[in-house]
Amino acid sequence: MHKPSLPHDSAALHVAGTARYIDDLPEPGDLLHLAFGQGREAHARIVAVDLDAVRAMPGVVAVYTAADIPGENDVSPLADDDRLLADGVVTYVGQPVFLVAATSRDAARRAARAGRIDYEPLPPLLTIAAARAAGSQIEPVQRMARGDADAALTAAPHRLTGGFAMGGQDHFYLEGQVALATPGEQGQVHVLSSTQHPSEVQHLIAQVLDVHSADVTVEVRRMGGAFGGKETQAAAFAAAAALVAVKTGRPAKFRCDRDDDMVMTGKRHDFEVAWDVGFDAAGRIGGLRLTLSSRCGATVDLSPGINDRAMFHSDNCYFLPDVEIVSERWRTNTVSATAFRGFGGPQGMLAIERVMDAVAAHLGLDPLEVRIANLYGPGRDVTPYGMTVADNIAPDLIARLRADARYDDRRAAIDAFNAGSPVLKRGIALTPVKFGISFTVTHLNQAGALVHLYADGSIQVNHGGTEMGQGLYVKVAQVVADVFALPVEAIRITATRTDKVPNTSATAASSGADLNGMAAHNAAMTIRERVTAFLARTYGCDEGAVAFTPAGVVVDGETIPFATVARKAHLGRVSLSATGFYATPHILYDRAAHKGRPFYYFAYGAAVSEVVIDTLTGESRVLAVDILHDVGRSLNPAIDLGQIEGAFVQGQGWLTTEELVFDDAGRLLTHSPATYKIPTASDRPARMTIALWDGGNVEPTINRSKAVGEPPFMLALSVFSALSAAVAATGPAARAPVPLDAPATPEAILRAISAHRAA
Amino acid sequence: MTIRFILDGETVEVADAPATATLLDHLRYRLRRTGTKEGCAEGDCGACTVLVGEADGARVAWRAVNACIQFLPMLHGKALMTVESLGGDTPLQSRMAANGSSQCGFCTPGFVMSLHGRSIGAAGCELPVEDVIAGNLCRCTGYGPILAAGRDVAPVVRDDAALAAALAAIPAGASGDGWYAPATVEDLTALLAAHPDARVVAGATDVALWVTKGLRDLGTVIFVGDIAELRRIEESAAGLTIGAGVRYAEAHRALAALHPDLGELVRRIGGLQVRNAATIGGNIANGSPIGDGPPALIALDATLTLAGADGRRTIALADYFLDYGRQDRRAGEFVESIFVPRPHADDVIHVAKLSRRFDSDISAVCGAVRLRVTDGVIAAARVAFGGMAATPRRAAACEAALTGQPFAEATIVRAADALAGDFTPLSDVRGSAAYRRQAAAAVLWRMWHRAAGRAVSVRDVEAIGA
Repeated sequence: MHKPSLPHDSAALHVAGTARYIDDLPEPGDLLHLAFGQGREAHARIVAVDLDAVRAMPGVVAVYTAADIPGENDVSPLADDDRLLADGVVTYVGQPVFLVAATSRDAARRAARAGRIDYEPLPPLLTIAAARAAGSQIEPVQRMARGDADAALTAAPHRLTGGFAMGGQDHFYLEGQVALATPGEQGQVHVLSSTQHPSEVQHLIAQVLDVHSADVTVEVRRMGGAFGGKETQAAAFAAAAALVAVKTGRPAKFRCDRDDDMVMTGKRHDFEVAWDVGFDAAGRIGGLRLTLSSRCGATVDLSPGINDRAMFHSDNCYFLPDVEIVSERWRTNTVSATAFRGFGGPQGMLAIERVMDAVAAHLGLDPLEVRIANLYGPGRDVTPYGMTVADNIAPDLIARLRADARYDDRRAAIDAFNAGSPVLKRGIALTPVKFGISFTVTHLNQAGALVHLYADGSIQVNHGGTEMGQGLYVKVAQVVADVFALPVEAIRITATRTDKVPNTSATAASSGADLNGMAAHNAAMTIRERVTAFLARTYGCDEGAVAFTPAGVVVDGETIPFATVARKAHLGRVSLSATGFYATPHILYDRAAHKGRPFYYFAYGAAVSEVVIDTLTGESRVLAVDILHDVGRSLNPAIDLGQIEGAFVQGQGWLTTEELVFDDAGRLLTHSPATYKIPTASDRPARMTIALWDGGNVEPTINRSKAVGEPPFMLALSVFSALSAAVAATGPAARAPVPLDAPATPEAILRAISAHRAA
Repeated sequence: MTIRFILDGETVEVADAPATATLLDHLRYRLRRTGTKEGCAEGDCGACTVLVGEADGARVAWRAVNACIQFLPMLHGKALMTVESLGGDTPLQSRMAANGSSQCGFCTPGFVMSLHGRSIGAAGCELPVEDVIAGNLCRCTGYGPILAAGRDVAPVVRDDAALAAALAAIPAGASGDGWYAPATVEDLTALLAAHPDARVVAGATDVALWVTKGLRDLGTVIFVGDIAELRRIEESAAGLTIGAGVRYAEAHRALAALHPDLGELVRRIGGLQVRNAATIGGNIANGSPIGDGPPALIALDATLTLAGADGRRTIALADYFLDYGRQDRRAGEFVESIFVPRPHADDVIHVAKLSRRFDSDISAVCGAVRLRVTDGVIAAARVAFGGMAATPRRAAACEAALTGQPFAEATIVRAADALAGDFTPLSDVRGSAAYRRQAAAAVLWRMWHRAAGRAVSVRDVEAIGA
C-alpha cells in the first residue's frame, strides 16, 4: 500500500559535504558582495541619508538607495508594500535603507555600518494592544460564523471566558538568505536564489529592474532549510543581487549574516486569543465566540492567507454548532510576519485546544473525554466555513492511539506520582490534528512539470517545486520512475528553474508532492503514451500489448530494453519531451463570505505527550511522545517519518524554548542562536514512537498519498496541553483553566504555577 | 607571519592572511573546502565543525571545534580534519545517509564531524551522543536518526604516529601582524609588559565574535593557547589547580570528581565544540556577569593566581570581579591559574544553571550553594550567583542567614527572604527581574529538597512505564 522507503536523493552528498548550496559554488573573479544598510528606528521619517562615508570605505564599488531602482521599488507578494530599499520612511527596525556592493563580504558589511541616517521619529506601534488602540490594521476584521453564537452561549448550561497569548517563531533555517546574480546580454539576468518561490522572485526582479519576466531566470537546486521563511523573504536579497548585477555588469552575491537575517526577515505571527464558550456537562460545545488577534508587522506580506488559515483551523477536529470566529490582523512597526510551517494553522488549533483544556478543567473532566465529545461525526460534520468533513478518521485514529500509547493507565500513574511528588509534577495529553490541504487561494493550486526522455534511455525531470530538505525531488522521481517501471536511479533530478517550468506556485502549503508529483506523472504519461502508440504501430500490435516492466518494455510478448525502446522511438521521430500540468479539482472558496470548500482533503494525526515540570524553577522536559499520523498511502515512508519527527520537534520548540523578545524600541533582542533557542538533540523526547495510519486518501491524489510537510507540526500541541496538565497538578483542587502562555519557558511556567495556585 | 598546519597529510602554509581571519572563511573561500558550512558565525550552531589535532607524544589528540570562531593563526602547528578528509563513505556517513539523518543537509557535515570525532576518540568521546552533538543544531530532522547513527558507529583506531612527528617538526609560535603566540609564561610576561593593552586570547570563543559580529579590529593580540605551562591540571588532596589555558573539556572530568554538580555544570557550558576551545581562565578573566563557571567556583572558595612582570599574587576569586566590565587585573597581568579547594565530605552542595534550554545556552541565573553542615548546624555557608548582578558574586545576607543556623526548613525560608535583599537583578533578554529573584530562591529550595532525598531535576526522571 505504501510505496518503498528510499533515502533522500542527496543524502550521500549531504554526509560527504558535497551537496552544493549557493554559497558553495565557485565565485567568479569579479564578484561583488552585498550588504544592506539597515534602519535603526521602528518608525521614523528619514530626514537625510549621508552615504559619503560608506562610499569612502575600502572596497566599496557601488552604493544604491531607492532612487537608483529603475523599476518598481517593491518586493512584496500581494500588496505592493514591501520596499526593497526604504523610501522616505522606515516602518520597522532593520529595514533596508541602502545597498552596498563591495569587493569582499567583510568590506560590504563594514561599509553598510558607516551610513549616517537622520530620522524624525514617529510614534511606533509595537504590540497588538498598541495597534488595536490606534486602529492600525492590515485589512478589516474578518468574521467566519454559523448559527447564532450569542443565543447558544446564553442557552448553554456552562459558560466560560478566557484567553492567552502565543509567541512567534524564527524559522532558523541553517542556511541563511542568499542569492547570486549573474548579468547576461540585453539586460537579462540569471539569479541563483535560496527560495521556495522562484517564479515570484523572477516576477519581482523583473518589476524592480523594469524588464520582462522573460528576461529573468531564477534557479534553485536546494535550500538549506526554509520552513516558509523563504517563500516571500528571499525576494529582497535576490532582487538586490539582480539590481547590482545589472547596474554594474558584474556578478553579485548577497549572503546575509545570521543576526541580520533574524532581524530583517519575517517570522511566525504571534497571536492573542480570547474565547467565550458555552458547553454542557459532558463538555460538548454549544456556542463559541473566538477572537484571534495577530501581530502582522509592518506590511501585508501573506498575512491575509495566514490569518484565514488560523480561522479555518480553529475548529481542528471539533464540531462547533453555533460559532463566530473573529480574526483581527494588526499592523505594527515590527518586521512583517510571514509564512511558517502551518501558516496560521498552528495558532488557530492551539486556540481551540486551549478551549478544550479550559472546559475540561472547569468540569473536572479528562481533557481527552472533552475532545472526544466534540469530534466531528455523523450529523455533525460541517465546518464553520461550510465544508463537509468527508474523510473524518479522527475518532478511529484517536481511539487507536489512546490504546497503543496506554493513555489511560499512564494518566492514572501520573496522578499517583503527582500526589507524592512536591517538586516535580508530570502531565500527559492527547491532542489530534486535522489540517486542510490546498492553498486557500484557489488559483495557486496548479503545477507544471517537464520530462525529457533522451535517446539513450536516461530521463530528466523538472518541475516547479523546490527542494528544501523535505524530499520532494526523490518523491517526484519515484513517481516518474514508476511510470516507466524504472529504478529511481534512472531518473536525473534537475534544479528548479523558471525557464523550464513557468508561472509556478510557491512550494508551500504542504502541496509540493501532491501538485508537482501529479504534474510530473502527467508529463511522464504523455511520453509513455506516445512511445506505446509508436511501439504498437511499429510492431503491429494493440497498445494493450505494450507494457512497461522492470525487465524492459514488453511488446507483444517480446521484452525490449528500455534504452533500446528510447533509441527506436527517437529514430521513429517521436517527441520524447513533454510538459505536464495539474490543477487540483473541486475546490472553490468565497472569501467575502468565508464559505466554500477551500481544501481538497484533510490530513489527520494525533499525539500523546508526557512531560515533567520543576515547580521550583519552571524547567520542563518532554519525556515521551507517541504519534499516529495519516499520510494516506505514503509515497516514501522513510521521508514521511522524517517529516513527522522533524515537524514535531520544531513545534515543540515553538511552544517551549523558542522565545522572541523585542525591547521597548522595537528591537529584536533574540537575533542569534545565542539568545534564540531551538531544540537541541537532548530536547528530543527520550522516548518517541511514530506510526503511520493505515489508510488511503478518499481523493485520487498521487498514489492516494497525503501531504505531510505541515500537519505533523501541530502534533506538538500535545506538549503544551501536557505542560498545562502538569501545572494544573500544582493546585489539583482548583477547577480553573491554567493560565499558561506560549512559549512555556521556565519563566512562563513559573508564572502559570503562581497564578494557578492563587486561583 | 607564516601559519603552517597539516591538512590531510599536506602542510598548508598561509603567509598572507590577516591575523583575525577565521578558519572557516579560509576553508571555504581560499581552500574551497565548502563542505564546512557557516550557519551562524558565532559558535552556536556547529555547522562549521572541524577536528583539530595536537601532537601528544606519538599520538594526536583530536578535538571538535567551530571553525567560524577559530582565528587562523590558532591553527599553527596543528592538524586539521574537515568533512572532505573523510571521503564520504565512512561507516558513519553511510549509516547517516541511509537512515534519514539529513533532510536539507546543511547542518549535516557538522554532525558528521562531531560524531566522527567521537568515533576516533576525540576529546569528549566518552560522553553520551546527545552531549557530543549538543553544539550542533538541526532544524529539520528532530535528531532521532542522527542520535541513532551516532550510537551505532563503532570506534575507529587511527595511527597518527607519522602525523604526530610531522606536527612536532613545525616550529612553534607564528607571530606577526599584531599577533603574538608566546610558548612560555616567561615570554608571555615579557610580551604583556611590552604591550599592556594587548588583547589576551585563549580559546577565542568570546573574542572571535567581536570580529565576526562586531566587525572590530582587535589591535595587538597575545594568544596564550599554546603555552604548555598554562595547560596543566594538578590534583592534590587539597584540591585542583587548573592552569588558565586549560579548556573546559579538559577539566570536565576533574571538576566532576570534585562534585557531580560541577560535572553537570561543565556539561552545560556551551556545546562540546565550545568547551574544546574555551578555557576556564578566559571564562573568569573576561568578567562576564553571566559566566557560568565563576559562581560555582566562588562557592567552593576558589582562589585566582595572577602573574605579571611584578610577580604573582593570589586572591579570592570572588574579589576578582570589581564591577561590570572591571576586574582586579592590573596592566601587564594575566590570569595564570585557579585553585579549587576540594569540598568536605559533609558539605551540602548544589549548583543550578537555569536557562531556556538545557544544553548550549547561557543562563538567566546560575547559582551555587555550599553549606558545611556539622551536627545539623550550618557551620559555614557560601552562596554565589551569576546573572543577578553586574558581576558574579556572593549573597552576603543569605550566607549570614544560613550561618550558625540549624539545617532546617525554617532556615531556608529565612535565607530565601534574605537573598531577596542581596540582589537587584535586571530584566533582560534572558529573563525578568521577578523571575530571576524567584529562580534564585529556587536554587536554595532545590538544595534543600535534594538534601531531603527528593527528586528535584526534570533531568532525573523517565517517562511512566519507560
